[in-house]
Amino acid sequence: MILTEESTNQIREKASQYPQRKSAILPALTIAYRQVGHLNDDIYKEISRVIRVPHVEVAEAATFYTLFPKQPVGKYLIQVCHNISCALLGADSLVAYLEQKLGIKKGETTPDKLFTLVTVECLGSCATAPMMQINQDYYENLTREKVDGILEELKAKA
Amino acid sequence: MFYSPVITNATEAVSNDRLHLLRYAEDPDQHKIETYEAHGGYVAWKKAMNGMSPEAVIEEVKKSGLRGRGGAGFPAGVKWGFVPKDSPKPRYLICNADESEPGTCKDRVIMERDPHAVIEGMAIAAYAVGCHLMFIYIRGEFNHCIGRMETANEEAYAKGYLGKNIHGSGYDLEMIVHTGGGAYICGEETALLNSLEGERGMTRIRPPFPAIEGLYACPTIVNNVETLVSVPHIINRGGDWYRSMGTEKSTGTKIFSLSGHVKRPGNYEVEMGFSLKKLIYDPAYGDGILGGKKLKGVIPGGASTPLLTPDMIEVKLDYESLAEVGSMLGSGAVIVFHEETCIVWVIQRLIHFFRHESCGKCTPCREGTGWLEQIIRRIEQGLGKPGDIETIEEICGNILGRTICPLGDAAVMPIQSAIKHWREEWQYHIDHKKCQVKSNYEFR
Repeated sequence: MILTEESTNQIREKASQYPQRKSAILPALTIAYRQVGHLNDDIYKEISRVIRVPHVEVAEAATFYTLFPKQPVGKYLIQVCHNISCALLGADSLVAYLEQKLGIKKGETTPDKLFTLVTVECLGSCATAPMMQINQDYYENLTREKVDGILEELKAKA
Repeated sequence: MFYSPVITNATEAVSNDRLHLLRYAEDPDQHKIETYEAHGGYVAWKKAMNGMSPEAVIEEVKKSGLRGRGGAGFPAGVKWGFVPKDSPKPRYLICNADESEPGTCKDRVIMERDPHAVIEGMAIAAYAVGCHLMFIYIRGEFNHCIGRMETANEEAYAKGYLGKNIHGSGYDLEMIVHTGGGAYICGEETALLNSLEGERGMTRIRPPFPAIEGLYACPTIVNNVETLVSVPHIINRGGDWYRSMGTEKSTGTKIFSLSGHVKRPGNYEVEMGFSLKKLIYDPAYGDGILGGKKLKGVIPGGASTPLLTPDMIEVKLDYESLAEVGSMLGSGAVIVFHEETCIVWVIQRLIHFFRHESCGKCTPCREGTGWLEQIIRRIEQGLGKPGDIETIEEICGNILGRTICPLGDAAVMPIQSAIKHWREEWQYHIDHKKCQVKSNYEFR
């Protein structure tokens, strides 16, 4: 079993709220993602057993949604918005700066498995651009100085 | 505790009580139910369920002229009136909080800072259409909104604003906070319905419209966050009060998310019909262009709306005025860019997004957005060929109006406007294999 008892109970509880159990697929994927950090077919199978919908239906839905990484990522998943409002204020140079600081390219994970760097579409933080999301949190109005501080803090916490 | 750093004009709203959407946005305790109640919260909900018939609620909202704030601008009260009165099926209400139109960050601020206003608006709308189970579909990235809405939901149940026999009215209303998976298309209401049913977020052919056959094939109303948040104020102060603001056909107030090359980006609530120029240049709002540079263009209503040139910014911000200059109010996301911005680069960003977010259901959009991105990226990289502009125009013409949902149109309209207004610059990019303007998109 990959899912903990706590996650399983949360999923079961969520599924009981909906008029149709299949509606619990996305919430279940979210709960599993928060626990594991990514999703895979074994997780789809476990979810399918918990909410009692066919495995293929869970996999079918899961593969549509880009929020959930489908393979393991670093402890900190850095998602830089590169859509228009952020791009106008330097999202590309922010990505380049992060690549240089972390010593990896976009799409890669640091050898110590601490950071994965990716770009994503608009995160609804347009008036506080440029921005990035790291795991659950938004970091906004970014400057080089702020980025340095954030990375230091995360490294210290890890 | 978390507090998003967006600039709002909430201070102005405290002294100008016509502004109501962001009025308490700067109060750090507004998300708590006690503070919300102290500011007059849930009064409208009590008034509606105890003193008004569902028909009277719909009439008041129709009278207000409130139109959908998600982008389409359809009158909310009219939409509610489409729910069949004699249907034996359950009815559902869904608050569309899948905010993801590039440039738009208003619903996020509302949910984070004033989550009970969302619940109150939803409850009144649910009552109006005879719904006993309502949903809020929040985009999955908005973790803080989700947390705030979940807590607010628990508080509302604990205080008896949701649940069985609400405040002795005999009315039952349950609410589920549902989260999405990071798909722009799920902001389109039929894709949202599929997504909420646990399917891939692909659109449905309309008719039947969701008001007749929506979630689980039952009558369903889908409204945007900002639309619903306006409803309690309409119930409290009346439809006539609401329509005394704004213009004749675009009534009330609207939050504009101002972003890009302005000195004071932020969320500003203004009456409909407000001047775009004032929003960009007035010190109380955008305060002008970054670095004192010259304005080059504006995307007035989010990434899917046609672009405006500097000579068009005298336009008023309402549905009709923007339509007159060939654009749209959309979600109210005003994205500003200055003279040191390459138009091909801007459009390449946008088409990359639409290609990424096309659900793949219809061929013109699935294939067309891919072709467009390839050609536009090629031009941007200095590899454009003679005839590329004409090819882009032809592809655009084959997408526009030929897709099930508006994503295809949304992808095409900004491109068509950018070629119309800046054709020379596109041609220069192809002929000289580089940008016509010196651009600089460095972050600080």
